[in-house]
Amino acid sequence: MSEEKKDVIFKVHNLKTWFPITKGAFKKVVGHVKAVDDVSLEVYRGETLGIVGESGCGKSTLGKTLMLLEKPTGGEVLYNYDGTFKDITKFDKEETFKFRRRVQMVFQDPYSALNPQKKIYTSFEEPLKVHGVSNAQTREDVMQKVLKMVNIQPDYLMRYPHEFSGGQRQRLCIARALEVMPDVLICDEPVSALDVSIQAQVLNLMKDIQKEMNLTYLFIAHDLSVVQYMSDRIVVMYLGKIVEIADSKALYDNPLHPYTKALLSAIPVPDIHNRKKRQVLEGEVPSPINKPTGCAFHNRCPHCMEICRQVDPATIQCGEEGHMVACHLYDKKD
Amino acid sequence: MSETKSIKEMNKSSSSSLFRRNVRKFMNNKLALFGLIVVLVITIACIVGAVMGIDYSTPNLPQMKKPPSAEHLFGTDTIGRDLLARVLYGGCYSILVGVFCAVLSSVIGAVLGALAGYFGGRVDKFIVRLSEIFQAFPQLVLVMMLVAILNKRGLGNLLFIFVITGWMTTFRMVRNEFMSLKSETYVKVCEAFGMSKSNIMFKQVLPNVMSPIIVSTTTNVAFFILQEAALSFIGLGVTDATPTWGNILNAAKSLSVVTDQWWIWVFPGLAISLFVLAINFLGDGLRDVLDPKQQ
Repeated sequence: MSEEKKDVIFKVHNLKTWFPITKGAFKKVVGHVKAVDDVSLEVYRGETLGIVGESGCGKSTLGKTLMLLEKPTGGEVLYNYDGTFKDITKFDKEETFKFRRRVQMVFQDPYSALNPQKKIYTSFEEPLKVHGVSNAQTREDVMQKVLKMVNIQPDYLMRYPHEFSGGQRQRLCIARALEVMPDVLICDEPVSALDVSIQAQVLNLMKDIQKEMNLTYLFIAHDLSVVQYMSDRIVVMYLGKIVEIADSKALYDNPLHPYTKALLSAIPVPDIHNRKKRQVLEGEVPSPINKPTGCAFHNRCPHCMEICRQVDPATIQCGEEGHMVACHLYDKKD
Repeated sequence: MSETKSIKEMNKSSSSSLFRRNVRKFMNNKLALFGLIVVLVITIACIVGAVMGIDYSTPNLPQMKKPPSAEHLFGTDTIGRDLLARVLYGGCYSILVGVFCAVLSSVIGAVLGALAGYFGGRVDKFIVRLSEIFQAFPQLVLVMMLVAILNKRGLGNLLFIFVITGWMTTFRMVRNEFMSLKSETYVKVCEAFGMSKSNIMFKQVLPNVMSPIIVSTTTNVAFFILQEAALSFIGLGVTDATPTWGNILNAAKSLSVVTDQWWIWVFPGLAISLFVLAINFLGDGLRDVLDPKQQ
């Protein structure tokens, strides 16, 4: 990624995706699961933005909302259409359909991502047909091209999904997402269901494809070493909120937020003589239905102060450029 | 890629491995194979009989109540009609009723089940209530009502009632399958590609529900044949002029026939039992072959 020219492709402002909890015969809304709660971020063209956090912190929901698979409750998502930004949350059916050619998604579970009753050929042909490639020969050319990218022989197309291994299936899924030539690929834990040896293979392949097609990746994962390997910038989420955004290197060398520090200290170190002090967090993640007041992290934070219990910290810049953190420890003291 | 021949063409021969494996599995299941053969033999015999135009309706009073002989293999009934001809001809109607009702009610059940299961929410609630309303009516009363309203008995009535009261079991099954399948990742993938809802429902998800639908359709054929026989036996089915297996059995209502002319009720009864049994074997065999959880 070139340092001087940062071309923004996604601008997310105060995005909220809440799921209502209903009760009784009249579907009275008694509360909300605040899966994504007031998230703002920017994604630059050509970069890999890693999104990390523990289970249930809303990273997958964020990905699905950006893909318009979940309807946001509030906020806006601006997408860069050759210079002009359009709010995708207000798209009608036709515009949404066209938007699907720009942004595609790779899902977590490659075992259920391919229709078990259909040959790979049919699974690959259908998206192209839907997106108006009416010529069978053109369709096959596209299929050949994307399969070559993921190193799978074209004659495998006539097989059924159960004849493939997990790694092959995930490569097929990536190839299928690439068929419509998207600009952005949202990867929702693409390797967490695979063996470690296959993970490396798929990750390297994804890196190569990114270079070849100048793709932007939104890389959602909970495996910190995978995220570090893949990402240019990293977003750390906790309970639906962003706690820290930083360049990959800056985040690992100099984590600011206490939650990030705790996360990073959990990465196993291969050298037993050089073991870091593990920082174990007390307690459980609070429920996303009844979030604690003030900072969402205050009940588990080792540096909890009085202000943390009352005031939700704003996201402020701290240290290097682009290093944002939401924590009262770094409030400007004036 | 030197050849411009399409990948599809090149691999045509190796394409149907799944199908061939299923056929082999079915062939190994002796009971199911027996069922299939019996069903086919009876069906073909009935159709051949009907096409040949055998005489099933002319009363021949001097010949009445004759036991089986070389001339009348199954004997003759109370007004001297050949029983073999009547059983064959009646088989056509019985099988037609069974197959037609089973297929049509499966289609209705599958479409409504797909809609209810995929959309959920209000659509689901509405269709489920609708199915419960239909389920609450006893079939017998509905048939009697319709006969009373239209003031005539006929095949049409029977088919209509069977179809509108028979789709609920398939509906429930398809709905449940859809509710679990709609959270599969490949459905999400299709949505992410912007495919239309009808495309996802009927072209992507429905093929995965096809095997239980096929199995339940086969067993429903047997069920509807028995239903038709029961209704005809008590005189609410098709008109007396149309022979069906149940209608022929109708003659056995009188005690003298039951005790003295055994052939009048044994042969149609045997035809029903054998056919229904064979269909059930076939259905069980298909279940074993098509159940994706046993692959």
